[in-house]
Amino acid sequence: MLSTLQPPRSLSLLPLRRFQISKTIVSAASSKTIDTSVISPPQSQILTTRRSLLSGETTAVEIAKSYLSRIRLTEPQLKCFLHVSENVLKDAQEIDQRIAKGEELGPLAGVLIGVKDNICTQGMPSTAASRILEHYRPPFDATAVKKIKELGGIVVGKTNMDEFGMGSTTEASAFQVTANPWDLSRVPGGSSGGSAAAVAARQCMVSLGSDTGGSVRQPASFCGVVGLKPTYGRVSRFGLMAYASSLDVIGCFGSTVADAGMLLHAISGYDRFDSTSSKQDVPEFQSQFLSVDQFGSKPLNGVKVGIIRETLEDGVDSGVRSATQEAASHLEALGCVLTEVSLPSFSLGLPAYYVIASSESSSNLSRYDGVRYGNQVMAEELNKLYECSRGEGFGGEVKMRILMGTYALSAGYYDAYYKRAQQVRTLIRKDFKAALEQNDILISPAAPSAAYKIGEKKDDPLAMYAGDIMTVNVNLAGLPAMVLPCGLVEGGPSGLPVGLQMIGAAFDEEKLLKVGHIFEQTLKGSSFVPPLLANVA
Amino acid sequence: MSTTLFRTFQPNQFSLLGTSLLRRRRSNNFSVRSCGSQTTTTHEAKQSSPTRVAPKNHKSNKLDEILRDYEAVIGIETHVQLSTLTKAFCSCSNNYGSYPNISICPVCMGLPGALPVLNSKVVEFGVRLGLALNCDLSLKSKFDRKQYFYPDLPKGYQISQFDIPIASGGYVDLDIPLEFGGGHRRFGITRVHMEEDAGKLLHSDTGDYSQVDLNRAGVPLLEIVSEPDMRSGIEAAEYACEMQRIARYLGVSNGNMQEGSLRCDVNISIRPIGQAEFGTKVEIKNLNAFSAISRAIDFEISRQALLYNQGKADEIVTETRLWEEGAQKTVTMRKKEGLADYRYFPEPDLPEVILTKEYVDSIRASLPELPEAKRRRYEAMGLGMQDVLFLANDVSVAEYFDAVIGKGAEVKLAANWIMSDIAAYLKNEKLSINDIKLTPHELAELIAAIKDGTISGKIGKEVSSLPFNNESSFVWINATFSIFADTV
Repeated sequence: MLSTLQPPRSLSLLPLRRFQISKTIVSAASSKTIDTSVISPPQSQILTTRRSLLSGETTAVEIAKSYLSRIRLTEPQLKCFLHVSENVLKDAQEIDQRIAKGEELGPLAGVLIGVKDNICTQGMPSTAASRILEHYRPPFDATAVKKIKELGGIVVGKTNMDEFGMGSTTEASAFQVTANPWDLSRVPGGSSGGSAAAVAARQCMVSLGSDTGGSVRQPASFCGVVGLKPTYGRVSRFGLMAYASSLDVIGCFGSTVADAGMLLHAISGYDRFDSTSSKQDVPEFQSQFLSVDQFGSKPLNGVKVGIIRETLEDGVDSGVRSATQEAASHLEALGCVLTEVSLPSFSLGLPAYYVIASSESSSNLSRYDGVRYGNQVMAEELNKLYECSRGEGFGGEVKMRILMGTYALSAGYYDAYYKRAQQVRTLIRKDFKAALEQNDILISPAAPSAAYKIGEKKDDPLAMYAGDIMTVNVNLAGLPAMVLPCGLVEGGPSGLPVGLQMIGAAFDEEKLLKVGHIFEQTLKGSSFVPPLLANVA
Repeated sequence: MSTTLFRTFQPNQFSLLGTSLLRRRRSNNFSVRSCGSQTTTTHEAKQSSPTRVAPKNHKSNKLDEILRDYEAVIGIETHVQLSTLTKAFCSCSNNYGSYPNISICPVCMGLPGALPVLNSKVVEFGVRLGLALNCDLSLKSKFDRKQYFYPDLPKGYQISQFDIPIASGGYVDLDIPLEFGGGHRRFGITRVHMEEDAGKLLHSDTGDYSQVDLNRAGVPLLEIVSEPDMRSGIEAAEYACEMQRIARYLGVSNGNMQEGSLRCDVNISIRPIGQAEFGTKVEIKNLNAFSAISRAIDFEISRQALLYNQGKADEIVTETRLWEEGAQKTVTMRKKEGLADYRYFPEPDLPEVILTKEYVDSIRASLPELPEAKRRRYEAMGLGMQDVLFLANDVSVAEYFDAVIGKGAEVKLAANWIMSDIAAYLKNEKLSINDIKLTPHELAELIAAIKDGTISGKIGKEVSSLPFNNESSFVWINATFSIFADTV
């Protein structure tokens, strides 16, 4: 299954080469020819780990120790984790014992995985970064986590996030603010900011996030990692604390497309505990991950790529726009046929998203009432118990969205808000379908800007919501999308990464991974390693 | 089970005009017949001649006169707890004992991240009941969330069906027993929908605290909403009775009211006869027996009619009232301040419920003969309405009777045997018809033997009293015949 991959050029566990950039806006794809001689393309950490374990070059315990020590070093600045598992070394030992006994190893054996805190891990704190669930330990693993464990993966810990996934900066965590490894004064994006930053800082090899309106893709863009949001229904939501059930998906972060793809493969598939999970077959994504020297001169010859016009209009930073356009040029150089497409309903998505997501969240968060688990405030009277438990347990952003959603679902407003938003959703789905009948994939920026400063948009929710414009439509349509770093813009000590979003047809993650992998492996100077890490290393 | 053999509904036969409650409070010499008796047979009922006119005094005459000017409009919401093996949306056993919180899991506890998965039996039972109530089925229905906060509701919403119920627009036919005036009735069924039950609150004796038992949370229910077609307590009670009968015939529920497997909430308003608009609607809850339904409605009709008559119609307000069995009256539980807003919206965790025509047809084909069809068939056989109602009341009795006549026994004789000797025996021994050893075949033989003079009726009865509770077989009973023949 993994044989199609060439042995790595370097056996170092961590490709820690730092990508030098000039002070001007960096074009990562300035060359029209495929030139990989300057710097070797990024290597899959999952495969590197597997090879070094199987060859006996190192042990799972050694690998785990090196990651734990990196966590110890970087965590005080980054604050990616809400909880680091005390069992990492024990789990690694078990892997080593299996190797010693010559037992079969799962494809994720020894792979260190960060798990977003809204995904249930049995016996390990799972709080969705909310006070209302402080100290809560679920009695079961989410299906995605269960699958990872069955395949030998090791859960490193629980990553920080915006409370219940509501936010775009990870500042809405009830417990801590995570910093962007590229610039500690900036946000890592959100809501899966902890998962993205942890992978960027190599605190773990891959991580799980969740994406309701862009919560995997936008932080992937901000942190310079690959973020993969699968088709709705591809991955079981069982064990994912619901924010907006019809939009939520569990997604994957990796430092390479191959890593994100292999993690997705591990967690995909029908689950009888989630009625909305799909019975669609899960293809072997791995066969797409050819090594560079197996590529032809035009490895993406004939692949039809539509660049979404509405995503490059006003309100998008010029650096982001040019990085996207140059990424498009790079795809052309690889053989893609590029056309501009228009999605007339594009601008309707953001308001529709906020109505639907808030409405569903107002219902999904009703269970946090202080009666059975979580934060309970003693009160003389029932309504007071609810009021105080929820009043103290939820943060401001969560309360605001519950109020918005409650309002939108109220008698007399339902038709004007929720019903209309659903109609918009149908429209958006139709527009995407039409565009994807003409094209294999669609591309756009992942976010209108690179990472901004901590605190910059904290008091301006509308400005923050506007930042989701590139991603929410994809959730409304339920489509798969991947964000991968495509360039750097000025900012921070050594530039800030910018992500390219690729959107595919439903259940066609395979194509995204194929295009993404070739794009990544051929991108000149493609090691997106944050400066913080170079210093630590 | 002994209670299921006989007509479970025997309200006070003198309360037809809904005045007995008020009367009883005023006069000491009026004694109410035992109303709660669930084992009164029609056999006994026959002996006391059905009376439509209650003993009167001047006061009751006056009230009766008042009542004559008003018409009650009654609709019923019935919750039928389904006897599925597991709960509606998780694999917890639906057969929990007396210990709290032993049949619960992350799903029915509403733990973070848990998701509902629909039990297909619930759909099947919904279709069965929908068809039995002559409803149109929605080939595409969906679930919705009904949202409110209460400690027995773990998720903060109940999974229910709102605008597209699985079945709607049906009716039910029933016969009013002769002792209540008789007659055939058809009541409309607005809708049948699937939903989940909530847990239970256990209040401490001191009232200092309450505890939550979630065993019942997530147990499947079918809610049947009737059209406001009933006009009296008797009609309402008979309607509820028929719901229980149908649920039991279909095998979708044990229909036990005491256990809460069948719960009826009554909506009632009255209006001056001739007026088209409905009066102010009052809901009555806590009706744990059919007799309670009848009496609560009669009480409520009298209460509202008196208020109208005294010019205090504005004191009839939209509210929920509780039936107090001890005091035999309804009392205010809560006044509704405007309409409750449950903020229904489609349940995003569950896909639509799609029924194929083939599926519906296969269920239709598997439906048993229903009470109404049985009654019409028995009637066509020449049985009187008393007998028809008795025999068709309980599905086990009906099956037994059908089996006996299937073995060639004469209809009238078989009916008499079951309604008199067997019924009396079962009542004495507190058994159900399923417990007796006398097989339908044996009874048919016995009836035939008496009929053709092989044994006398008197001996037959003696014989039949033996084998009920003994290991018996046809061979054995034949041997007994000969023994009896020898000794006699």
